[in-house]
Amino acid sequence: MSNPQDQQQLSVFSEDVRIFKDVIRRNILYPLGLIVVVAFLGYSAIFALYPGIIGYDPSFTDLNVILQPPSLAYPFGTDDLGRNLFLKSLNGIPIDAAISLSVVLLAIFIGVLTGATAGYFGGIIHQAIMGVTDIFLAFPGLVLAVAFAAALGPGMVNVIIALSVVWWPIYTRLARGETLSVKEQQFVTAARASGMSGLRIVASHIMPNVITPMIAYATADIGNVILLSAVLGYLGLGAQPPNVDLGRIVYDGQNFIRFAPWYSLLPGVVLFIIAISFAFVGDMLRDFLDPKMRI
Amino acid sequence: MGIGTYVVKRIILIVPIFFGVTLLTFIISHVVVANPVLAWAGEKSSPETIAAIAAQYHLHDPLYLQYYYYMLGLLQGDWGTSAITHLPVTDQIGNFFPATVELSIAALILSVVIGIPMGVLSALWNGRKLDYPIKALYSSGIASPPFLLALLFQLIFAYYFNLLPSAGRLDPTLIPPTHITGMYTVDSLLTGNWPDLVSSIRHLILPSVTLAFLTFAIITRITRSSMLETMDKDFVRTAKAKGLPSRTVTYKYVLRNALTSTVTVIGFAVQLLLSGAIVVETVFFWPGIGLYTTTATLALDFPAIMAVTVLFTLIVVFTNLLTDLAYGALDPRVSYD
Repeated sequence: MSNPQDQQQLSVFSEDVRIFKDVIRRNILYPLGLIVVVAFLGYSAIFALYPGIIGYDPSFTDLNVILQPPSLAYPFGTDDLGRNLFLKSLNGIPIDAAISLSVVLLAIFIGVLTGATAGYFGGIIHQAIMGVTDIFLAFPGLVLAVAFAAALGPGMVNVIIALSVVWWPIYTRLARGETLSVKEQQFVTAARASGMSGLRIVASHIMPNVITPMIAYATADIGNVILLSAVLGYLGLGAQPPNVDLGRIVYDGQNFIRFAPWYSLLPGVVLFIIAISFAFVGDMLRDFLDPKMRI
Repeated sequence: MGIGTYVVKRIILIVPIFFGVTLLTFIISHVVVANPVLAWAGEKSSPETIAAIAAQYHLHDPLYLQYYYYMLGLLQGDWGTSAITHLPVTDQIGNFFPATVELSIAALILSVVIGIPMGVLSALWNGRKLDYPIKALYSSGIASPPFLLALLFQLIFAYYFNLLPSAGRLDPTLIPPTHITGMYTVDSLLTGNWPDLVSSIRHLILPSVTLAFLTFAIITRITRSSMLETMDKDFVRTAKAKGLPSRTVTYKYVLRNALTSTVTVIGFAVQLLLSGAIVVETVFFWPGIGLYTTTATLALDFPAIMAVTVLFTLIVVFTNLLTDLAYGALDPRVSYD
């Protein structure tokens, strides 16, 4: 027989399951988005461990089958060198996953660190951090990312750096806002009264409580990073041949748009589906975390 | 504090932003970049050109002197020399700029004309049938990679149905109108050049509709949410209670008040338009700053990229200033402190 505490844990868990079912039922697009997101992340994780899993070889070309329309053998058709575009896209997806996850995680990390510090300490620290944030926010995101990526040189890691530079200020703002409300709570006062140093309070009490409300936003945001990184790939700044990301495939294909529209459009549609799925899952998480659901 | 002081104060606030922004572009172009001299002169330049560029832009001086010369150059209009064409980038930008202004204005007008009514409809039909297609439309506008939409429109309307031209600003058989503003539609209208006017409008449709599709969502969303918020206000209930027709309440009371928040996102919409223009101009081969940016990026023409970065950022900073001022003028409750 379990003790009462275990039973209470169990009932909180079953409450979560009930709310989750409620939220899923609310909109048919939520479960669909969740399936796409799980498949996207799961596939990319497997690909990272076993890169040979789809058996795609970018150096393999077959000039007998150039620019073939989609068929059973080539679900996305073939490119101008007779490569299987379905496999080429599957090969590019993990690059987009790596970029978008890294950028959002880095942005959360920098944002929470700076935002919590600014919000908790206030005064001149606050003004300095938020002043720098305002300057970064004054730039159109894409343009700043292009400038950074061009300065660092093309490539996947540089795209991650460039996009993180653009992405962190929004998280700083979010974290600062959350910190301002968290720091008024009694457990923070208690920690201060017990003689904890400011830095320790920020690290052990403020930051963990600031991150949770940001999760729903961050999830939807992964889709935005995917779109912007696709544009960088499209501009030739992303992962370089032979293993290219989806945005670059669209760019390579657009010269053939008239005769082989599948070349550009299908990888573009894949990007669209992934991005919109993250938006749905973000909405779903927001509903799930909404305290009003728990009454 | 009066509105005059507010305007002056708000303009003074631009100064630190201007210095912050240019400091950041300086850091990118002189510190982050692996080899500033090669980047500014171009990878394939001769040793003489490299030496000349390094001397001209003081690239071997200490950083604080480089910053001084960089700022001096920016303020005097010397924004660098293209690493590919070896022409001053400001001249090139000057040539390409009117096309982008024309495209962005057309797209902005379209997104306001489509976005506001859609937001109103969506708010009036909140949670009912018509709300869903509008939501679906603007969600797909937000989640669509810009090039996908552009390529799709080009394929459907230019190649399959042959309704509109697929690329450029003007039919190649026509001579561009006399240069007044550089915007072909305006210039041909001013000079009464009807064939040019028809052709330039036909060329403008696809790129501006694509661009508007990427930006109307933000306007629809803010109009929708501020309509919904205003509908709950006491003065709206009073207006309804005293028996005003619902049309009057909706348009004269709710919409008019809701629109003040719509104005605040126009600055953000301009930022989206400029970013979107980079891709849309590339697909439709629209010879503006966007296409210039793409060409410069693909060729890694670094001075050109940095010039565009500074230009776009300054535009965004000043649009934000203008929207703030407009908001202050529209909403008397905004305090000028």
